[in-house]
Amino acid sequence: MTLKQVVNNVAEMPASKKAVVDIKKLSLTFQTADGPVYALSDVDLTIEEGDFVSFIGPSGCGKTTLLRVIADLEQATGGDISINGVSPHEAREQRAYGYVFQAPALLPWRSIERNVTLPLEIMEISKEERIKRAQEALKLVELNGFEKKFPWQLSGGMQQRASIARALSFDADLLLMDEPFGALDEIVRDHLNEQLLKLWARTNKTVAFVTHSIPEAVYLSTKIVVMSPRPGRIIDVIETDFPKDRTLDIRETPEFLEIAHRVREGLRAGHSNDD
Amino acid sequence: MSGQTGPVCVVLIALLVLWYVGAVFMNAPTQIDRYERADQTWTTGQLIEDTLAQERPILPAPHQVAVEMYNTIFAIKITSKRSLVYHSWVTLSSTLLGFGIGTLLGVLLAVGIVHVMTLEKSLMPWVISSQTIPILAIAPMIIVVLGAIGIKGLVPKAVISTYLCFFPVTISMVKGLRSPQVIQLDLMRTYNASKWQTFWQLRLPSAMPFLFASLKVAIAISLVGAIVGELPTGAQAGLGARLLAGSYYGQTIQIWSALLTAAFVAAILVVIVGWCERKVLARMGVKP
Ligand SMILES: Nc1ncnc2c1ncn2[C@@H]1O[C@H](COP(=O)(O)OP(=O)(O)OP(=O)(O)O)[C@@H](O)[C@H]1O
Ligand SMILES: [Mg+2]
Repeated sequence: MTLKQVVNNVAEMPASKKAVVDIKKLSLTFQTADGPVYALSDVDLTIEEGDFVSFIGPSGCGKTTLLRVIADLEQATGGDISINGVSPHEAREQRAYGYVFQAPALLPWRSIERNVTLPLEIMEISKEERIKRAQEALKLVELNGFEKKFPWQLSGGMQQRASIARALSFDADLLLMDEPFGALDEIVRDHLNEQLLKLWARTNKTVAFVTHSIPEAVYLSTKIVVMSPRPGRIIDVIETDFPKDRTLDIRETPEFLEIAHRVREGLRAGHSNDD
Repeated sequence: MSGQTGPVCVVLIALLVLWYVGAVFMNAPTQIDRYERADQTWTTGQLIEDTLAQERPILPAPHQVAVEMYNTIFAIKITSKRSLVYHSWVTLSSTLLGFGIGTLLGVLLAVGIVHVMTLEKSLMPWVISSQTIPILAIAPMIIVVLGAIGIKGLVPKAVISTYLCFFPVTISMVKGLRSPQVIQLDLMRTYNASKWQTFWQLRLPSAMPFLFASLKVAIAISLVGAIVGELPTGAQAGLGARLLAGSYYGQTIQIWSALLTAAFVAAILVVIVGWCERKVLARMGVKP
């Protein structure tokens, strides 16, 4: 084998993707007045660049907690976690991720546009640039035209979209979303799911997405993480291989139903061993 | 607004009627005394008329106070020592100075208490115990002590106003600066915002409604503080001085005019603060 051939072989090998989130044996125990709460136990997970990972599981299984550990809003009590090769704390200092909370958490005294520019202001980006980026972000969530409105003038769904625009405005490569569409009706939800998927396909962002909905998880994800409570842990990780430009129609396909079935089985198994 | 005018008028008329009836009853004994000493016969009609026109009544009638107020507010040069406008200005200037300093002090204390753990432990008990000392006891001491080191006039009165009005501001601002929800604080954290940025972008705007609520209380008690500050040393000018002089010479009409003027000034100040509040909150996009 000549050197040239070796180089070629290496190039042809599927390039192993960069790990954005790398979690090993992670555990988190809350010390409360009624004794310890084992929110996460022995969690192993790798999220690669460009992945769309959904977390699904019954209430209290630690989905939010896991996302918060990644975001450095909560400190793990055991195990290792790295974001882009550095600690969550450093990653937060580098503004490596955009976080979408379960509630919109818009600042009521700021117009929609100024809510979206808030992170940019904090990151000390020039005013023209801020306005330009806010325009782009608001367009992505179809809220252009509402720049000057205040949050109370928008419906709940629109507010949540504004909060997504805010997380998109500074163009972080990692998006952490905690049940962003949990409070919305089915139709709006489908629509936002489509938009989110398009955005993801176009930008190659890495997304970690918490949901309670099995179809939502299967439709959106490249990887579905099924969790179970007491102690919060991962019981199944399902990889899917739908094309990036999938449409809502895939929900009728046998593969889709098969994966949805496997998720449901996993959830059921997690449920049965706690009583 | 217009729906309120009716009820407010009814209450006002009821108060006036009550006041007249009270004036007649309060002043009748001295008036009867006077008739008897002069060996004069009198009718009820005459008694009522006379009780409402005494020179030094125990309770002056509303129209007597109104006439006195007209005379000392509009019918007199405002530079005159008898002008209530002049006295109001003397009191108002120290009220405003004390209010300004007190508000600033209150806000600064609150900022310190919210941001520095040890300040909360060390300062908060002092802030609270400062208000357990009755102002009437401490006011003369402040005037005398400051007078002894050569500080007289406006400043000692303003100090008393400050002493009274920083307290509600501190308490409200501590509450206001702590009012952001956990989720909003977490949001700032995800942006790696500095303490200063979090303060400026989140804590301060959240505290605005709390601040204004306390400012309405603060401006009113600031005026009380200024008046109280004018009492102990028999100050030459100010609404407090008018009250004191009035009570020395039994000039009840003067006392009541000064009192009502003080009440009007307080009301106007509170209305101005309320107006500022509406303007600021409207600019902050608060739902009308
Ligand atoms: N700050 C905290 N202190 C103590 N216990 C906590 C705290 N936060 C979460 N927990 C506990 O940790 C467990 C996991 O909570 P978490 O919020 O991560 O659940 P979740 O999977 O997001 O649930 P849901 O679907 O209802 O949002 C729960 O038992 C919860 O009571
Ligand atoms: Mg949750």
